[in-house]
Amino acid sequence: MSEALSTAQLYLDGVTVSFDGFKALNALSLVIEAGELRTIIGPNGAGKTTMMDVITGKTRPDSGTALFEGRHDLTRLDEPAIANLGIGRKFQKPTVFENLTVEENLELALKDDRRIRHTLFRRLDQEQEARLERVLGEVGLARRRTEMAGLLSHGQKQWLEIGMLLVHDPRLILLDEPVAGMTDAETAATADLITRLARDRTIVVVEHDMVFVRNLGAKVTVLHEGSVLAEGSIDAVQNHPRVIEVYLGR
Amino acid sequence: MQRTPLLTGTGWIVFLAAALVAVVLIPLMATVPAPGSALRLPAYLVPLFGKYLCYAILALALDLIWGYAGILSLGHGAFFALGGYAMGMYLMRQIGTRGVYGDPILPDFMVFLNWRELPVAWWGFGNFAYAAVMALLVPGLLALALGWLAFRSRVTGVYLSIITQAMTYALLLAFFRNDMGFGGNNGLTDFKEILGHEIQAPSTRLGLYVITAMALGLAFLVCRFVVTSRFGRLLLALRDAESRVRFIGYSTTAAKLFVFVLSAVLCGLAGALYVPQIGIINPSEFQPGNSIEVAIWVAVGGRGTLAGAILGALVVNFIKTWLTGAAPELWLFALGALFIIVTLAMPNGILGLADQMRLWRRPASVPVATGETAHE
Repeated sequence: MSEALSTAQLYLDGVTVSFDGFKALNALSLVIEAGELRTIIGPNGAGKTTMMDVITGKTRPDSGTALFEGRHDLTRLDEPAIANLGIGRKFQKPTVFENLTVEENLELALKDDRRIRHTLFRRLDQEQEARLERVLGEVGLARRRTEMAGLLSHGQKQWLEIGMLLVHDPRLILLDEPVAGMTDAETAATADLITRLARDRTIVVVEHDMVFVRNLGAKVTVLHEGSVLAEGSIDAVQNHPRVIEVYLGR
Repeated sequence: MQRTPLLTGTGWIVFLAAALVAVVLIPLMATVPAPGSALRLPAYLVPLFGKYLCYAILALALDLIWGYAGILSLGHGAFFALGGYAMGMYLMRQIGTRGVYGDPILPDFMVFLNWRELPVAWWGFGNFAYAAVMALLVPGLLALALGWLAFRSRVTGVYLSIITQAMTYALLLAFFRNDMGFGGNNGLTDFKEILGHEIQAPSTRLGLYVITAMALGLAFLVCRFVVTSRFGRLLLALRDAESRVRFIGYSTTAAKLFVFVLSAVLCGLAGALYVPQIGIINPSEFQPGNSIEVAIWVAVGGRGTLAGAILGALVVNFIKTWLTGAAPELWLFALGALFIIVTLAMPNGILGLADQMRLWRRPASVPVATGETAHE
């Protein structure tokens, strides 16, 4: 498909995924515009993770359309191919390489020839150096670059992991509960980091922490039982009667 | 980001000092002072030192995969023995008519077994270069085959250790058999000369010792090159979080296979240098216990340091030589005790001791979290 069918960065229409009859996603439709920052909330089992799995090619939907930049059919591509398209995903649990320094972690994540011969003999070129430098600054770990990643705080490890995504220059970033387990200060700093990153990227954040969601100040989509329940600003959503009923617990 | 230097400044000084002692001082002490003078190195010590250095290469090879890639091979003795057998076969062919039965082609044990012609496996071993290549190639190919099967199926950890133990045990049983054609129980011995030099002559032994020392130095630098490259960091990464490495697009199978084969080739080199200095190779070199002992040397010296592996091999083997002379029945107890002490009290081995002492003297202060933010 070369002709763009939609101008949206991400376009999901009628996506259904069922596991043994249980519909994890039920005709889910969602449009994320280029450059948008979007927060997705929803109770457990609402389909948030399954949605991410569909977008990254980990799960194939039973029916529905999933388009990236209106051209790439995500339901037909496998995980590496989708990652190469420019969709980066950060999983819930951070796994950085604890016995490598911060910059060595980023070095391994850099886009480069992955063959043994290359890793034995080649060094980073200037463009890669510059990119590494820029990402170190973006995630606020420039001063920690030569420290072992294992010595970082939980929050800093999450930022490093975001950095490992950023070195690939993804156009769409999916963040799965980025502030889980963070201190209040770290949560605030992460909200800051994501807002800054969203200036020139499209970012989708799945999160439980309502303070954090409010700090992001982005458009919120509420998922419930595999489809969209409400969409809008955080205030609009929080006052939505159905949302209050199913999610905010009354 | 600078490439990590091969060795630090201090590292080079220590390396060159050790090289000076091993390649210049010891040969001088073995030749220049008059025999019987206090400075003269007794002739029997030269091949003994040579043996230690072969063990050091073996330990280095194990440290490369255990310390860096986290693969504990307990079959490295087998790669060592295979390298040794390749060299032993060359040395057997050099005996010629000087054997007990005087057969110009067949080694004594084949004449004894009433064999008429040289088995195919022995073809070409009259040529030194061929035997030398085989000493590296055979362990390398075995590692390639075993590693490919194991790593492709994602066999790791203790299972891999057990498989490698089984491999060396299987080879032990195979080489015990006379019809394998490698001398059975007695192995290969009674060597006469290597490349035209009488093998027992002090000059030959000194030459072999110096070559071994240089091989160790070279092997060390090769290993340093590997671990200071991006590939070395990849090894550390896959040791700690293999699936994550796979997830960011590296083939961990290829990486592990490469380092496993390189390690096996180094073992073959060590074995090939070992046999002419010791004068015998027999199936006992395949004993599973030998491979475990190598792991102890590495643990004692400090794993994941390369230099520690060399140090551990030298220290443990000096103790072994001394103790098996002074109180032979105590050696295995001592080895066991050493392993327990090192595991419990010195997890980073001898090389890690300096850091450990520093920690004891100055109790670690609890790092205070400073309210750091993502923007600086």
